[in-house]
Amino acid sequence: MLSPGIISRPVYKGLAPDAHAKHNLIAAEGEGAAAVLDMAAKTPEGFFARSVILFCATGSAGKGYEDKLKALAPASYWDFPTIPTSIFRLKGALSTASMGTRLYVAGTEPFIASVMKEAIEAGIDYKSVITEHRGSAKRRVQCVHCKGFTENVTASPFVCSHCGLSLFVRDHFSRRLAAFQGVCVDAEAPGEVPPVEELYK
Amino acid sequence: MGLMFKNETYRGDFTFSNSPEAIRRFPFPFHEDKYMYTVNIEPHVPGPKGSAYEFPIDIDEHYLSDMADRALVLRDDPLRCQGLPHMITAEWDLVELLMTSMARDYPEHFSLTREGDNWHWINRPMGIDQKFIFGDIATLPYRPMEYITRQCQGDFNLLDQRDGDLWMDAGIVTSQADWSLDFDVGMSFKEWHAPVPMAHEIGVFDRALKFLLNMQQGRPVRRLNWTMTINPRLDTAPETYHKWGTDRATVTPENVGNKVHLRVELQGLWRLPRSNAIVFSIRAYLIKMDELVTVPKWGRRLHRVLKSLPDPIADYKGLTRYRPTTIEWLSKYDDGAPTSPGVWPE
Amino acid sequence: MTMSTDIAVRVSEAETIAQDVKRFRFVTLDGSPLPEFSGGAHTVVTMHDGDRVRRNPYSLMGSPSDGSSYQISVLRTVDSRGGSAFMHDKVKTGSELMISRPVNLFPVDRRGRKHLLIAGGIGITPFMSMMLQLTREERPFELHYANRTAGRAAYVSHLQSAYGHRVHTYFDDKQQMLPLARLLDGQPLGTHLYVCGPSGMIDWVLKSAREAGWPDENVHSERFQAPPSGKPFTVTLARSKKTIEVAEYQSVLEAVEAAGVDAPYLCRGGACGQCETAVLSCEGTLKHNDHYLPDDEKASGKKIMICVSRIDGTNVVLDL
Repeated sequence: MLSPGIISRPVYKGLAPDAHAKHNLIAAEGEGAAAVLDMAAKTPEGFFARSVILFCATGSAGKGYEDKLKALAPASYWDFPTIPTSIFRLKGALSTASMGTRLYVAGTEPFIASVMKEAIEAGIDYKSVITEHRGSAKRRVQCVHCKGFTENVTASPFVCSHCGLSLFVRDHFSRRLAAFQGVCVDAEAPGEVPPVEELYK
Repeated sequence: MGLMFKNETYRGDFTFSNSPEAIRRFPFPFHEDKYMYTVNIEPHVPGPKGSAYEFPIDIDEHYLSDMADRALVLRDDPLRCQGLPHMITAEWDLVELLMTSMARDYPEHFSLTREGDNWHWINRPMGIDQKFIFGDIATLPYRPMEYITRQCQGDFNLLDQRDGDLWMDAGIVTSQADWSLDFDVGMSFKEWHAPVPMAHEIGVFDRALKFLLNMQQGRPVRRLNWTMTINPRLDTAPETYHKWGTDRATVTPENVGNKVHLRVELQGLWRLPRSNAIVFSIRAYLIKMDELVTVPKWGRRLHRVLKSLPDPIADYKGLTRYRPTTIEWLSKYDDGAPTSPGVWPE
Repeated sequence: MTMSTDIAVRVSEAETIAQDVKRFRFVTLDGSPLPEFSGGAHTVVTMHDGDRVRRNPYSLMGSPSDGSSYQISVLRTVDSRGGSAFMHDKVKTGSELMISRPVNLFPVDRRGRKHLLIAGGIGITPFMSMMLQLTREERPFELHYANRTAGRAAYVSHLQSAYGHRVHTYFDDKQQMLPLARLLDGQPLGTHLYVCGPSGMIDWVLKSAREAGWPDENVHSERFQAPPSGKPFTVTLARSKKTIEVAEYQSVLEAVEAAGVDAPYLCRGGACGQCETAVLSCEGTLKHNDHYLPDDEKASGKKIMICVSRIDGTNVVLDL
């Protein structure tokens, strides 16, 4: 699924309910809904009554996840047409949350990284966020040269969507920037770009 | 003491070179004829007089040239100097460490007088005369870390200690061997070292971290790291790699002596008092092959180290393209005679 | 650890400030300023009691930026090791001692949006310097300070006048309970909690915080744990080729030091990991009293923290 890579590459341990949390804030995207439904099989009594679910279907629209998540009877269920709108609402929820709130995230890596970035900015230690990867292995990559971010990267090398350099995708990952690092692949011999490999589908 | 500051460039026409004195004091890193990553930390106590280890902060003949290059780097890319807000106390700790060291060890060039929080700093070579209130950022023209590091050679990183780990939460990095401060800010010790091959498997970083977490005030440590650079280019950042990367393809058997440089980083670590953070300094020294081989032991030893260096390490250090040509050139200086242990010339 | 960075000091003040609590002020013998430190730091005081050398850590209470003196407070405990009794009975104004440079195993997490300080009895001491630092750096905090009686409670009126409404006190003899459940509920995200006091109190706070959904990363504690005593045994130092006796009220580290062997240490309280020593063999079982080794390493029988741990048996061979 996700290549193991190097130590700075995040590892997503999988969703598991925190029975002690006073409030659960659950953010899911696409196939991440399935991870939430899988976790529901192991949740203690009253878990969803003290949970808020934010869901954005993205590529998994039409699979009926909305109804299944609503059926868990959370204290609140919100759905969003796009990831940015879901992150916006999450920011609001975090600004009024108190200690004893547990954050859970499930979906693609870029989604998890965006949520993690908001969590850190709201004062949550990243180690306390419970995460699970589901869906595509696509990456968000930051070009180290122009600092521009390119979404939906599934191959290496790829062309930076901002400055046009051909970038090699490294496994070196920044939580703060919520992205992997992309470095010019033909810096030493311009034009000698190795064949493109689809690595992160 | 008669430290004469040179006026040389680390870009464009590359006029940088070492005087015979600078060659003699160069911190040659290899104590044997091969190289592997080790923890290699030792107490940062005064070394031989005149050496790069004599004082905890080393100011040498390249001082003004280094500071001019730093100013150019920061003008073009301000992200090379960053600090997360909670590190402000550590920035002040760094101001104290550098100002007191420079004033104590180079009194002909730097002075510091303090009356409580009223500090007066004079930097004669750079023509700076600054009165400020220690702890009040409004009284300095830059944030504290940037202010003092624009006047001190070497890159500096401020590491926050918490959760049994160290975090790269502030730094100024304009003379690095190819890593991005902007990308690494916020990472833990093992995360920012993640790209280094082979070292994690042999536990180098586990041991180093354990040691550093228990570092105390008043007991700084140092170690050496090394790589190679083509042309005396001080700023070899990933950000500009697409501009300087082609240097690596310009090495020919004729120009090795002038173009290929050994780049050694003297790294120092101090525990800081008010912030309890650790400052990690990385001070780069460059020497071209023509200068290096004037010390016969070094010529022999470097040849052997490069020849036996494991490929993953050579690749990570960026040596691949010009390594064979350099080894070939150095072989002329290796007569096969034994070299003495240790780093100093015979 | 060779203490070449230790500082020679003289006691300039020694004052009883509450029942069983004595405050000491240290100044350097040569008048040089003492090093700045960070709130929550401690110093290890070396005391010479006849031919016995004692080393105890004490929190630094004064202003981190005041280099003219250091202050500590010592609670007299009924403890056959006798360290606190020595400080109370033998150390007076004019006494000379060696103290270590400050070490901090209980620092403020400066990312915190708010700092919740919970102190029990003499556990107030690290918070004294911490609050000075928090105030100077303008970081929000609250102190909740529990004591058995007002007579035993050190510094209450000083704290109330310095910090006003941020200080909350509770006295057992007035049936005032620290409202822990209420404190844990409703704190803003990014609050950090710090607790120092009797071991039982710390255990209660840590457990309650976890059960209230607080992540471990936000909860910090410092234990003042004297090395527990136990039946005597011998230690064989494999590298030094010596066999020494560890007496009932002596730690392995103290016995090793008394034998003239230099062993690394830092906190002397089983928390920092510096004194970790390899166990080569043991006639008996290891009794781990530290808070440092993970469970699997304790179970492996291959490591021991010599500042606080012992054995139940006759002899242990260490790689020292």
